Amino acid sequence: MSEIIVESLSHVYSVGTPFQKTAIENISLRIPQGQFVGLLGHTGSGKSTFVQHLNALLAPTSGKVLVGGTDINRDKKARRDVKWQVGLVFQYPEYQLFEETVFADIAFGPKNMGLKKEEIEERVREAAGFVGVEEDLFQRSPLELSGGQKRRVAIAGVIAMRPGVLILDEPTAGLDPAGCRQIMDNIRQYRAGTGATVIIVSHNMDDAARLTERLIVFDHGHVAMDGSPEEIFSQPEKLISIGLAVPQSTALAMALREKGLDLDGAVFTHEQLIAAVRKLKEVGAC
Amino acid sequence: MLKDITLGQFFPGDTIVHRLDPRTKLLAVLLYIVALFQAKGWVGYGLVLLVTALCMAMSHISPKNIFKGMKPMLFIIVLTALLNIFYTAGTPILPGWIVTWEGIDRAVKMILRIVLLITGTFLLTYTTSPMALTDGMEVLLGPMKKIGVPVHEMTLMMSMALRFIPTLIEETDKIMSAQKARGADFESGNLIQRAKALLPILVPLFVSSFRRADELAVAMESRCYHGGSGRTRMKQLRMERRDWIALALSVLFLAAVIVLRRLGL
Amino acid sequence: MNAIIRFENVHHTYSEEAHESLSGIDLSIEEGTFVAVLGHNGSGKSTLAKHMNAILTPTQGKVFVSDLDTSLEENILEIRRTVGMVFQNPDNQIVANVVEDDVAFAPENLGIPSDEIRRRVDEALRQVGMSEFKLHAPHLLSGGQKQRIAIAGVVAMEPRVIVLDEPTAMLDPQGRREVISTITRLCREKGLTVVLITHHMEECVGADRLIVMSNGRIVADGTPVEVFSQVELMDREGLSVPETTRLLYELGLPTDVLDVESCAEEIARAFR
Repeated sequence: MSEIIVESLSHVYSVGTPFQKTAIENISLRIPQGQFVGLLGHTGSGKSTFVQHLNALLAPTSGKVLVGGTDINRDKKARRDVKWQVGLVFQYPEYQLFEETVFADIAFGPKNMGLKKEEIEERVREAAGFVGVEEDLFQRSPLELSGGQKRRVAIAGVIAMRPGVLILDEPTAGLDPAGCRQIMDNIRQYRAGTGATVIIVSHNMDDAARLTERLIVFDHGHVAMDGSPEEIFSQPEKLISIGLAVPQSTALAMALREKGLDLDGAVFTHEQLIAAVRKLKEVGAC
Repeated sequence: MLKDITLGQFFPGDTIVHRLDPRTKLLAVLLYIVALFQAKGWVGYGLVLLVTALCMAMSHISPKNIFKGMKPMLFIIVLTALLNIFYTAGTPILPGWIVTWEGIDRAVKMILRIVLLITGTFLLTYTTSPMALTDGMEVLLGPMKKIGVPVHEMTLMMSMALRFIPTLIEETDKIMSAQKARGADFESGNLIQRAKALLPILVPLFVSSFRRADELAVAMESRCYHGGSGRTRMKQLRMERRDWIALALSVLFLAAVIVLRRLGL
Repeated sequence: MNAIIRFENVHHTYSEEAHESLSGIDLSIEEGTFVAVLGHNGSGKSTLAKHMNAILTPTQGKVFVSDLDTSLEENILEIRRTVGMVFQNPDNQIVANVVEDDVAFAPENLGIPSDEIRRRVDEALRQVGMSEFKLHAPHLLSGGQKQRIAIAGVVAMEPRVIVLDEPTAMLDPQGRREVISTITRLCREKGLTVVLITHHMEECVGADRLIVMSNGRIVADGTPVEVFSQVELMDREGLSVPETTRLLYELGLPTDVLDVESCAEEIARAFR
């Protein structure tokens, strides 16, 4: 089990220098095993600092992070072991590819775990399968691949550690619409196949709205909102006041309501918008 | 962690030292270094020390910043001092001891020399923007173009390198975190294992540096860069009265140190 | 109006590849317009952009920039000062350690007198709203700010066209808005011709003209309203259309508006 419990977590950068800056302050929350979470907030809101605490890349200035009941900062061993349990995919992960072959690069994590050769091979195949990297690419150099393929190989490199929690920081940044859809599909597949917790850090409201079951909104190092997409997007004014955009459908629904059309429920996907408008049409027709 | 490196960093300011022409400062540092190596006796060293302190005070650079930048060189300084203390023949400080008065004398002077050398060059880089510095160098080395030395290209490369240091440091930090997240271990193991552990950082860093260089070259060409010929500068270097005074003082300083050396002081 | 950039049956094949990246492009871009080019990765849109200031030249056909043939070596400098280029990665196009020195780079290369460079740099920084940062170090700025510096660096050349090759791909939404509003203003107020290469359809909404590329060809060309109305085509290309267009389309209403306000208006009217 990989339940995450965060207790009054704070992080201050460059303590005691003129550059001292509080990145996150007194954050407490619980993420149960298997949840699909979106972390929203603009650059500098603290969301990236926050996720780097979940696998002990950053140590808290104060507060605690528990994963599966263990304090991940307890000792050096715990700090290292949590890396297998909580996989973190950074923004533009393709820039960290370094091995001569795709296979070796995906195998880097499992190798660091000290697994046996057969086990490593099995995991590489499995991870490559989740992200749709074909086996005939295994012996190619990662540098020869296309941008989208590189990104998927890099994600496979983290998935191959079979983390119970998968965190992705802006996994679709810089990709075209087709590339974005493919990555999001891969992530959904991984979650369906393993029951892992998935946390996506994103600016993209439309993705966040469509895929996740819980949204946590960061603002100035604090959790400003936390709830289901329905709850979050039923308060679009609050999102806008934080300086975040709302999904296009939500914006359109707001405008329609202003024009006196009485749309039902929270609207944050295209399908919901169409359904709400159609329903109105039927009622109107009666 | 890597961001703490202050080597070669510029601290903007508006003191007289900051305002001096970079050529003046470059020449002055050159004269200073020559003087430093001419100093022999304690009086000579005292004079150099005094002048250094004066320049530091004028440029509002705190000794703390200088020492912070000196940290990476601490090992060399200590080693040189130790070698001098233990391997200089002369009168032992106590009968039968290996440490001699001459050794201590030399060690202290050696430390002084290295520390002052570093301080002098730091004063230059702390008070002069890298751009101004390379501009100054380009002008000073200008005559060498006549004998075919690619002065413009060399100074341009230098300023580019300086421009990209912070970017590369940031990138190294990022790659390191990413590899740590995949369980890379940079802290344990013997020397060879540790060197090998650096590959996952160095390879991506190299690849990205080449990509950067490539993109940068195209971007520069797009902005009509076509070599040094026919280029003008927005900020033209101009020698003011204060520059000539500073240069005169620097020459005077060197002369004084040489005179002291002749006098055996 | 006269065409500042003209493509005549342009083909391009990269030396290491077998297939054509551009297959027969005919295109003229009118001076003073804001043209957006939308397409997938590999659609040829970046290759198209790189032909506009002679970074690439056609393997077959001709490109003319203010009637100068881009394939002639002697025209290159004149072409590059006419067509400025802004690239995707803001870090890899900033050459200097100080913002104003970077903006001065192009005019310095052009051999312009110092006083004039000073004037242009100050003016360019003012136009992108970065005057107060002129003495800052570029690496401490946000992505959107860096990209505005890159735009200023091009504006200081006083070009007639700015081509931006996916300038927002690496930026957050805030940075994206900054860049798009800056270039829109430069086009509307200064009469600069703007060519924006992007894969974000929302960024094309404010353009005068939208070109969609696929497999090295132009598959749609018109005003954004006209192009987005071809919903089936856009779907087939795997490109999205604005939510407004999509809703109007699925409700069977005319898809002749793009902004949220007018779209809501239209639907409300249909229901009355």
